[in-house]
Amino acid sequence: MATRVDGIKEIMKNIEDELVVCNIGVPSKELYKVKDRAKNFYMIGSMGLVSSIGLGLALNQDNTVVVIDGDGSVLMNMGSLVTIAQNQCPNLIWIVINNGAYGSTGNQDTYAKNLDLRKIAKDVGFENAYKFEDIDFNKALKSKKCMFIEYNLEPGNSKAPVIDLSPEEIRDRFMNEIIN
Amino acid sequence: MNSSETIYKGIKDSGINFIVSVPCANLKELLNLIDADDEITHIPVTREEEGLGICAGAYMAGAKTAILMQNSGLGNCINALGSLFELYSFPLVMIMSHRGTEGESIIGQVPMGKATPKLLDSLDLPYYKPTNHKEAYDAVSKSWNESVESGKVVSILLEIKYWKLEDD
Repeated sequence: MATRVDGIKEIMKNIEDELVVCNIGVPSKELYKVKDRAKNFYMIGSMGLVSSIGLGLALNQDNTVVVIDGDGSVLMNMGSLVTIAQNQCPNLIWIVINNGAYGSTGNQDTYAKNLDLRKIAKDVGFENAYKFEDIDFNKALKSKKCMFIEYNLEPGNSKAPVIDLSPEEIRDRFMNEIIN
Repeated sequence: MNSSETIYKGIKDSGINFIVSVPCANLKELLNLIDADDEITHIPVTREEEGLGICAGAYMAGAKTAILMQNSGLGNCINALGSLFELYSFPLVMIMSHRGTEGESIIGQVPMGKATPKLLDSLDLPYYKPTNHKEAYDAVSKSWNESVESGKVVSILLEIKYWKLEDD
């Protein structure tokens, strides 16, 4: 069965110049292993805030921002669904990997296991809310539309090393890639 | 100028151009001034911690950022102040209506009113408690540069009596 790391590989196959902001914990480590690049921002703390960071980026520069979030983290910052729906930034693509588990802490079940996050996003005002398997992700990336994408996968962590970069290095090389 | 106009002038002169907010009755006029200003992007948020995340992203994309909130919201920001702002040394200005201070009529505001300076002390974050308009203008107008230079979040605590000062 496909797990988070397979999803991250699938996402990154399609990424070219876009900025990528990634959720705390194993997701960031897996992204680092799959495809490290200066245009990746690895969130090392502040669980729940990755979509908010993505919104702040999308509002202040033109490049497309791809947020890789997780279901447990979304549950921690549900208000972000409302704020982002109300500020539909055409350069923001918010992907929530829903594996129904708090992966980094031992795969405890989340309540999102039983939720249709796409439907919730639709209900709070996202005009474009999809399941990953129902869309051509490469086209979605180029669509210039604010988008919420739920990516249903199975729980499980791959063997990914600790990110060998200081927070300052992550910040500085990322900021150097941003053209205003 | 009145108390709200003083803070607004300080914000303008600081260069701050991106503001997130959760309202307080004492911030009502200031929020109206900011909404009427085309040079400032204002994003109301559902919870203060969310606002800090947005400010972190906005800063990386070149914005000069502040949050306007009641001090009760500081309690919702603690983890983000540590594990996002301190971790990455992101600058930010927090302009807080400091409730639960002298003259407070709502008992529920008192516990967080007392805890607010101690919470900032415990995070080793600088803050100002201006008692007149000049002190308030000076603190706010210098706040963004101070935050960038120090790599620390700078707070301005505006107590109940500040909002009752006579106009200049």
